[in-house]
Amino acid sequence: MIDPLSIFLLLLSASTPILFAALGELVAERAGILNLGVEGMMIAGALAGFAAAYATGNPFLGFLVAALAGAAISLLYTVLTQLFLANQVASGLALTLFGLGLAAMFGKPFEGVKAPPMPIGPLGINWIVWLGLAMVPAIWWFMNRTRRGLILRAVGENHDAAHALGYDVRATRAAAIAFGGAMAGVGGAFISIATVLQWTEGMTAGAGWIALAIVVFSNWTAFGVLAGAWLFGGVTVLQLRLQAAGVNVPVQLLSMAPYLATIIVLVMISARQKYSRKAGGAAPGSLGNNFHALR
Amino acid sequence: MILNNAAVFRAEGIGKSYPGVRANDDVSFQVDAGQIHALLGENGAGKSTLVKMIYGLVRPDQGRMTLTGDLHQPADPKAARAAGVAMVFQHFSLFDALTVAENIALGMENPPPRRELAARITKVSHDFGLPLNPARRIVTLSAGERQRVEIIRCLLQNPRLLIMDEPTSVLTPQEAELLFATLRKLAAQGTAILYISHKLDEIRTHCDCATILRHGRVVDSCDPRAHSARELAAMMVGGEMREVDRSGRHAGNVLLSIRNLSQPAPNAEGTALKSVSLDLCAGQILGIGGVAGNGQEELLAALTGEIRSAAGSITLEGNDLSSLGPEPRRKAGLLTAPEDRLGHAAVPDFSLTENTLLTAGARKGLVNRGMIDHRAARTYAEAVIAGFDVRTPGPHTAARALSGGNLQKFVIGREVMQNPRVLVVNQPTWGVDAGAAAFVRQSLLDLARQGAGVIVISQDLDELLELSDQFCALNEGHLSEPLPTQGLTLDQIGLMLGGAHGMQEAAL
Amino acid sequence: MIQLVPRSTASTFWQIATPVMAVLATMIAGGILFAIMGHDPVAAIRTIFWDPLFGPAASYSRPQLLVKAAPLILIASGLAIGFRAGIWNIGAEGQYIIGGITGAAVALAAYPFEGMWIFPAMVIAGAAGGWAWGMIPALLRNWFGASEILVSLMLVYVAQRVAAWMAFGPMKNPEGYGFPGSRNLQQYPAASNPELIEGTGAHWGVVAAAVAVLVTWVLVSRHIRGFHIRAAGSAPRAARFAGVSPATLVAFSLGLSGALAGMAGLFEVSGPAGQITDNLGTGYGFTAIIVAFLGRLHPVGILLAGLLLALTYIGGELAQLTMQLPAATVQVFQGMLLFFLLGFDVLTRFRIQRRGK
Repeated sequence: MIDPLSIFLLLLSASTPILFAALGELVAERAGILNLGVEGMMIAGALAGFAAAYATGNPFLGFLVAALAGAAISLLYTVLTQLFLANQVASGLALTLFGLGLAAMFGKPFEGVKAPPMPIGPLGINWIVWLGLAMVPAIWWFMNRTRRGLILRAVGENHDAAHALGYDVRATRAAAIAFGGAMAGVGGAFISIATVLQWTEGMTAGAGWIALAIVVFSNWTAFGVLAGAWLFGGVTVLQLRLQAAGVNVPVQLLSMAPYLATIIVLVMISARQKYSRKAGGAAPGSLGNNFHALR
Repeated sequence: MILNNAAVFRAEGIGKSYPGVRANDDVSFQVDAGQIHALLGENGAGKSTLVKMIYGLVRPDQGRMTLTGDLHQPADPKAARAAGVAMVFQHFSLFDALTVAENIALGMENPPPRRELAARITKVSHDFGLPLNPARRIVTLSAGERQRVEIIRCLLQNPRLLIMDEPTSVLTPQEAELLFATLRKLAAQGTAILYISHKLDEIRTHCDCATILRHGRVVDSCDPRAHSARELAAMMVGGEMREVDRSGRHAGNVLLSIRNLSQPAPNAEGTALKSVSLDLCAGQILGIGGVAGNGQEELLAALTGEIRSAAGSITLEGNDLSSLGPEPRRKAGLLTAPEDRLGHAAVPDFSLTENTLLTAGARKGLVNRGMIDHRAARTYAEAVIAGFDVRTPGPHTAARALSGGNLQKFVIGREVMQNPRVLVVNQPTWGVDAGAAAFVRQSLLDLARQGAGVIVISQDLDELLELSDQFCALNEGHLSEPLPTQGLTLDQIGLMLGGAHGMQEAAL
Repeated sequence: MIQLVPRSTASTFWQIATPVMAVLATMIAGGILFAIMGHDPVAAIRTIFWDPLFGPAASYSRPQLLVKAAPLILIASGLAIGFRAGIWNIGAEGQYIIGGITGAAVALAAYPFEGMWIFPAMVIAGAAGGWAWGMIPALLRNWFGASEILVSLMLVYVAQRVAAWMAFGPMKNPEGYGFPGSRNLQQYPAASNPELIEGTGAHWGVVAAAVAVLVTWVLVSRHIRGFHIRAAGSAPRAARFAGVSPATLVAFSLGLSGALAGMAGLFEVSGPAGQITDNLGTGYGFTAIIVAFLGRLHPVGILLAGLLLALTYIGGELAQLTMQLPAATVQVFQGMLLFFLLGFDVLTRFRIQRRGK
């Protein structure tokens, strides 16, 4: 029997990793940074968080370490793009490839062990899920109601103008990248600590890339990200339910659903942004471009 | 209120070097309270480096600046603003996706809460006759309205020194008048205004004092009202004035005709073309004026073939080109030179040799059956360099290493030396030094003398009046009826350009 | 303080020097990493970079070099074309898998016929499969403006699941005693891709890779289309002004790189791998991205970079056997290589200057 409430709880849980990663990437993109390294930062967080939780027995400490690990590995990207002005697309890809390799290399000792149990939060919902939900209005408020949020958006919209007004483009972007890394790390750790409860190589399985697509879907708004993450969570839960119900479709085809859904949603949103002038123009003006000033 | 003539800003022996360039050398001048002080000079004379130093974006190598007697050495624009300097930029200063209020808040040190700020914007903008809605996003504003945002942003800080960097380049003559009225009000309140421009007439009518820069040095300080435009120009360019030779041209048959060319706006910031029609005869130069953003880019794109148009809308000597792309149009003899030299007319990272391949492949035989003849391309690049006096180490130099004037000569030369039937140029002398500008203008006249048709799209009215036989104007995608250039007055032209659109005061 | 001053023309010296520096820096950083993990750094580096070519087991590992390099070079040659134009196909892995499947499908359909036409038909089918998979992001970008980066990448995950489905379902070997995986094409002469010259490892994929290097070289340096591709990557508006249609370019480069990746997949399935399995994709499609960058998107550079990364694959396996280094070592090395390359690249585009005071 399908109980709507339990389905919704599953959906919340399934959408949380993507929600964290996509909110982090949203902030980075609003600052003009296109970081394709989300997948790499997530897997780094998934391993570091799991290792810390396993070692200390405290899952919350695990999430803290995951955030630090995500932010730390994102520093590589910051150095490349902000100091050495390397291409953002290539640097992000490098971060993903490196993160996946690094996690696979250091993850061996943690294969086959179990994560410590997560204490259950209010309404039977995981504390980290609550945190993710709270981050949505918090990020909205930060970006639209605070001075720093305004500066962040200004830097992402037109870095030359922001520089001309005396704002530090590089520092703003470095902070945004680090925040994105921390959020991706927490998102990754949610998979290893709270969902799968163990470490396996490559366990993020493209969640970082889906997060990138969801930022496009969100039209660069925090609540849009929430909608996108829930949509994705819904497809995942539905797919798992169909698998469990023993529908006469091969498992491999069912498990394509999240990826196909991402493509379809991406196409629909892109088309709307392309053809409708009202909806368009939400992408930050300087997205993906590096800034260099002569003094 | 300070109304005595005390110096608000003073520069003493300012110098600044970049690798290979002495941008400013021993520059000294002062701006008094209540004064509109012009900083006059050609492109590349060092005006913008100088104001960037005053605004804290660049640090001087030598010399000192004072503001109301105190040493002025701002570490960044924030410090400059705190000291009482405000600046209205020519480019790069507004955030398109943000609202008017957000843009203004970004230019202030300690903006008041949102509602209060909105109320103050509404009030100040009305007081100065420049009404603005604080909730609107910048993308939706016209060029004149955008400038108001910049001005209000400055006014809210009660600056002691206001710097205006070429503010009228995006305005119609009527809008410019309105701007000067505002500046007068401000000056009367004691604000010192540093006004940067190369437009001699407006400086002569509106400024109290002028400092003239050439090659980074102060060549003179004078009262501009006491000199003729010619004299000022001579000081600015150092006696290198050249008259163009307009002789020997005869109108022939119609070469290019455009009939009811309509085109939706290509993107959110673009302008739709609305039933544009014109005829261009052999040996003629047609000038198209208009304030930036009124369809110039779109018209050029429709002519290059970057945007295709409805059948029959563009014909060259009877051949319908409307559905053809850039390559076949060039083969047919319709050549173009876009406004943006770096990135549109030329690939910045490519050598000059490679840049010839961008447009001259077919007409000059540089490409045969898809294969590039590098030697032929090099020879052609050398020919353009020699024929158009392009100062560069050689054809292997990257386009972006050339100065604006030299690259422009190369771009125009690359098209002219292909012997086009019709050449369309957009802003052929924008940001180019006087010598190169005169060279380019003369080459366009020479091309017309040889029987080609030329269309010059420009925002520089002096240039259009100097070159063209017929004049018409683009205004919000409409092209006016062409009129013979001779006998046109500036007022008539202003009206053709759309008057002061959006400006309440100028409602006719 | 140090300041970066843009160069007017990219420095040729640094363009060649930086990949070499990146390789050296990777060796040093890798050595440090091994030391931290408690291995002898010198021995580890020697095992990865030297022993496969000149070590005691070199006679076994040397032929492997071409086997591993061929798909990398084939895929990277295609990717580089798109990268030059600013079109980011990062889903070559998916195109590789689909090419392997469509190519093998021809063989499995023809089984047990013999005929000279079978292998060529498989190559065409493999290229067509990769091309079609690459055209999906191309068309979605052209029609709807969808990011080809995200779509091509998502399609990798889809392709992996298609491969798994094939291995467990439609393509499962009816005589395979219920084990997943297709018939082994190595045991089906008309469809197999054998070693052409004994002891070299060279199969038809190596020939194809060599041809791809030559053709892309001519394309990039001599043909106007290559010129247009470079122009589009460097200054899109200028390319449009020259008459390049962005949509055509997107379709061309994604289609071409897809076809080459698909061919690489087919050569692998019909040769070294032998059959369709659920882990058909082994990461060549992603490593080829590194090959393309390390080779500076230049065909000759890609040739060298492909050989080098093939070496790290073989050396990594060797180190796994002899030194018990983790299998992921290679991945980490490849990631570091790309990091260092992107970092050092600053030297080709900027001059480092000490800011005078």
